[in-house]
Amino acid sequence: MSRRARLGVFGVSAAVLASLFVWALTGLPKFGDFQGEYGRILNSVAGSERHVTNVVAAVVFDYRGFDTLGEEFLLFTAVMAVALLLREARSGEERRTDVVRSDTVRAVGLFAVGPTVVVGLYVIAHGYLTPGGGFQGGVATAAGLVLLYAAARYRAYRAASPKALIDFAEGTGVGAYAAVGIASLIAGSAFLANVADLGVKGTLSSGGTIAILNAASGLAVAAACVLIFHEFLEEVMTPR
Amino acid sequence: MIPLQVVAIALVGLGGLAVVAARDPLRQALVLGLYGLTLVSLFVVLQAPDVALSELVVSTVAFPFILFTALAKMRDRR
Repeated sequence: MSRRARLGVFGVSAAVLASLFVWALTGLPKFGDFQGEYGRILNSVAGSERHVTNVVAAVVFDYRGFDTLGEEFLLFTAVMAVALLLREARSGEERRTDVVRSDTVRAVGLFAVGPTVVVGLYVIAHGYLTPGGGFQGGVATAAGLVLLYAAARYRAYRAASPKALIDFAEGTGVGAYAAVGIASLIAGSAFLANVADLGVKGTLSSGGTIAILNAASGLAVAAACVLIFHEFLEEVMTPR
Repeated sequence: MIPLQVVAIALVGLGGLAVVAARDPLRQALVLGLYGLTLVSLFVVLQAPDVALSELVVSTVAFPFILFTALAKMRDRR
């Protein structure tokens, strides 16, 4: 096709797309006009029903807790696949050297390790009180651990994340989530129903099973990220 | 739409353009992280702090990490 013909086809397609786009835009509700009745209802009842101050956590770990169970298993499966594929292919001794050479990166890395881990744990712990939760805090905690690597402290990094402990933490986190659901069944309620004591709203001991599930997913996500990050780092470091 | 929201949305648009304009993969991965930060500020401005935190950890920690290690591995191969 000649350049002219291509430009012509593009011109016609772009014009059609643009007109459809404008048509769609004119039919949209006004900016900020929220039409989801479900969200409005949850915002008004979640605080009194579940004794939490972060409604998102109540949705993720309670009203839609079963969805999150699926996500936990999805993450677990992905992590196990990465570990199976990469660990199998990379047999032999781990190379215990520091590959980060830049002094600036090392200094910043070392400085950032503590604050990042603390922020991560804080975000997990206060998941049902303030924005955040197991997922966000879990990734941040894992990032803090990997910063040890950037600080050129390979031994410290490995000491903080031994393979056996990380594998165990990953399994425990996902297993604990499912176990809470089964515990609800044993307590004579529906799967993942909030059967625990709801506690005092606004304190760390509130939310019932939301608090437990939040901690379980924090553990699972942190372990999953450390595991994936480690396998990828080893891939880069191991010459083939 | 308040002016702050307009600014935040405009920044996201500029960030997206910058990602496309960066041709070198390593540079693009870095710009992508910055683009994620513009999205984070948009979510904060729109009062969605939970989403902002998720976007923050995904776009500045998890995604660039995977990209950087993949790029480093590819450089080894060459």
